[in-house]
Amino acid sequence: MIVSFNVNGEDRVANVAGSESLLQVLREELGLPGSKNACEQGECGSCSVELDGAIVTSCLVMAADCEGSAVTTIEGIGSDKELHAVQQALIDHGAVQCGFCTPGFVVTAAHLFEKNPHPETNEIKEALSGNICRCTGYGAILRSLEALAEEAR
Amino acid sequence: MTTSPVTRKRIRGGIGESPLRPDGIPKVTGNFAYASDLHAEGMLWAATLRSPHPRARITKLDTAPALAVGGVVAVLTQDDVPGRPGFGMHVPDQPVFAAGECNYWGEPIAVVAASDLETAKLGVAAIVVEYEVLEPLTDMEEADAADSQTRRMKIRRGDRTVSGAVSVEGYYEVGQQDQAPLGNEAGLAIPDGDGGVDLYAVSQWVHSDHWQIYPCLNLEPEQIRCHPVGMGGAFGSREDVSMHIHLCMLALRTGRPVKMMFDRAESFVGHVHRHPARMWYRHEADADGKLVKVEARLILDGGAYESSSNAVIANAAYFAMGPYLCDNVFIDSVAVKTNNPPAGAMRGFGGVQTAFGHEAQMDRLADELSIDRLEFRRRNALGQGDPMNSSGQIIEGSLPTAELIDELASMPIVEPLASDDPRHLPGGTGLTTNPDHVKRGMGYGVTIKNLAFSEAFDDYSDVRISLSPIGVEVYTAAAEVGQGMVTIIQQLAREVLKIEQVAVVWSDTNVIGSAGSTSASRQTQMTGGATYQCAVELRQQILDEFGGDDLSSEGVWRDGDLLVTLAEVCGGGAKEHEIRYRHPETFATDENGQGDPHPAFAVAAHRAVVDVDPELGLVRVVQLDTVQDVGKVLNPVAALGQIEGGALQGVGMAVLEELVVDKGVIKNPNFTDYLLPTFLDAPHIEVRFVEEPERWGPLGAKGIGEPPTISAGPAVYAAIQDAIGRHLHRVPVLPQHIVGSS
Repeated sequence: MIVSFNVNGEDRVANVAGSESLLQVLREELGLPGSKNACEQGECGSCSVELDGAIVTSCLVMAADCEGSAVTTIEGIGSDKELHAVQQALIDHGAVQCGFCTPGFVVTAAHLFEKNPHPETNEIKEALSGNICRCTGYGAILRSLEALAEEAR
Repeated sequence: MTTSPVTRKRIRGGIGESPLRPDGIPKVTGNFAYASDLHAEGMLWAATLRSPHPRARITKLDTAPALAVGGVVAVLTQDDVPGRPGFGMHVPDQPVFAAGECNYWGEPIAVVAASDLETAKLGVAAIVVEYEVLEPLTDMEEADAADSQTRRMKIRRGDRTVSGAVSVEGYYEVGQQDQAPLGNEAGLAIPDGDGGVDLYAVSQWVHSDHWQIYPCLNLEPEQIRCHPVGMGGAFGSREDVSMHIHLCMLALRTGRPVKMMFDRAESFVGHVHRHPARMWYRHEADADGKLVKVEARLILDGGAYESSSNAVIANAAYFAMGPYLCDNVFIDSVAVKTNNPPAGAMRGFGGVQTAFGHEAQMDRLADELSIDRLEFRRRNALGQGDPMNSSGQIIEGSLPTAELIDELASMPIVEPLASDDPRHLPGGTGLTTNPDHVKRGMGYGVTIKNLAFSEAFDDYSDVRISLSPIGVEVYTAAAEVGQGMVTIIQQLAREVLKIEQVAVVWSDTNVIGSAGSTSASRQTQMTGGATYQCAVELRQQILDEFGGDDLSSEGVWRDGDLLVTLAEVCGGGAKEHEIRYRHPETFATDENGQGDPHPAFAVAAHRAVVDVDPELGLVRVVQLDTVQDVGKVLNPVAALGQIEGGALQGVGMAVLEELVVDKGVIKNPNFTDYLLPTFLDAPHIEVRFVEEPERWGPLGAKGIGEPPTISAGPAVYAAIQDAIGRHLHRVPVLPQHIVGSS
């Protein structure tokens, strides 16, 4: 089935098999491997993308349901030359180790800061509670985003 | 020769700083290539047929129906293995594919390569296989009774007839933890067209993979090149071969690149796990609070194949009683072989299990003696120059156990929050907990770990440094699994050579010798040590050649004048030097476990504060205060990150994480049922370092990855028991244990 949708500001068309997830289509068909496949149960947040203004785990979204939708993936947030403030904060504070969870954290945190430029500590933790990190213990991630929230004041 | 006055640029990113990781930007932008992101023109996808039984005889195996599926290119079984039938970290006891008998649930039986992943899975489903189901051996004590073990290890030190004024006994069980790295296993094998293969697959030690792969393929060593690759964590799970031989066989058979990627469920059966354990302890002390005798019996379940069980059980025995002085130590330990999922390396490696036992015993003894629990540990603290309690080895390197305990005691204790915000309560916003019923508890974990490989293993790391006018290249096969080795190598090279531009070149098994495993807390000391020493020797060679007294990115200096520029130094080509770095020699111990098996040790001390709702069995880990023996801090941000992350894995093991294995079958191979700590489960972690330089390694630095994982769990376990006023004998501590229903 042909699905037309907007990905990172570009109109894209994908030929989608019935059972394919948005994550599979992004990674394997649209050449956007930044969203990561770690659990395929919506538990870890590594595949988080923004879909029509809301954060979703793209492994649980049927690609066929995305007709006419707007999707923002990690590839649509910042670039090597011009990092998003969240990306800069994460590397500045050592919040990146293996980095496999990082795209999901970036997408979710960027969404949080867009809605709420200076979140409290508890708001940061809650917003990111659907994103699992196995390396950092979350300490450096929290410090980086608290610092960013402080800068925004 | 240059004569004009030149000033030396200050070098940024040396030792003691926290320079940005070179892989940081690609990782935050999603551009970093992990093994699962690799792609090759014309590649096939592979999938694995796995045993649905923990133990069964294969009575029929027909692959022809799979080959008949359109798009399937190859189906391979044990009959297709061209060389040695098995592989293994220490002994090649694991068949490449189950043949004749399956020995664990999920054991590979066949692999299929096809045009795409779905077709490969269809091919797997089409294979006809019939089994005669056999009764599996799944209880570790039954296995021991049946003499099914891979290694028995005993410690006999001192006089068994002595006894102390007080004695405590305890029985402890530790459940099976999974490493659960976020990135699943993945790999890509590319045939070279000349009978060999380039393999890009997740690995903590590409040379160990290499040594296991090429004999199975019956090829010359250089025909298989294992390349370091981007990995989403490891924590021990990538020390063993998983898909590696299968991928190489498929690439050779089809003549095309072949990719394999486990999903989470397959990852849970496709890599080894932490050994579950049962432990019996008797500790005796005199009235002054000095340990007199420790006796223990330890059983660890190694599952179906040996993997690294024999090293894990040795660690469990050597570190069965923690960092405490004792002259009479009697330990019987055994790693058993069952039909459970194979166990192997995981962060902490044997010391994690026993730490729950010995720390609970220390608390019980302190309570019997009415001595403060931390003070009791302080009185028995093991230090430099003391004999190691188990092996009798004199501890030559640093071991500031007492200093750590003093530092921990000086850290402020977190106060209860005067808030009934449910986000601060056990159970969180589930709004289940009545704040009036919450009880606070506090507990300690003080533990010890060996650093690098032990027991006469020839442990080394090869590094080659190349210096040219555009900068320094460091060639290594050390696996960067996320821990930040790449930054430490850069910092050490900069520090010595005073050249800021340093690139780490991850090199395959044909380009550079082994760096050893990224495990055992060893790479900072081993590959870091190799980098440092190689840089020192290269610098000296250049200074000697040009008669200088200093080197920098400008060139060679003498008495403050620039003698020659770097371009002139490298006029005849890049300056290169390669070394093999070894730690002090270690030795196998005698039949009583006595001798000098370890090159170095590190200690960590943790204090946990928890809130518990004893009626609902809910726990919130509020805070961990930690002090760690790090030798010297090379990179403060990276060191902090290792300690925080390692500690949270210990917390997870204490209260959440357990692989539920029922008669050999994993019941929760997914992230919905295998619970990992989230942002809301994570305590605040307060970290302090104690810097007492180690006798070897770069600038006195010690490995830091494992100690926090070992200490954090026992501290949380103790704090929960303190809160509820009752002994618990099993981790993870689950709600039913706290409410007393099981």
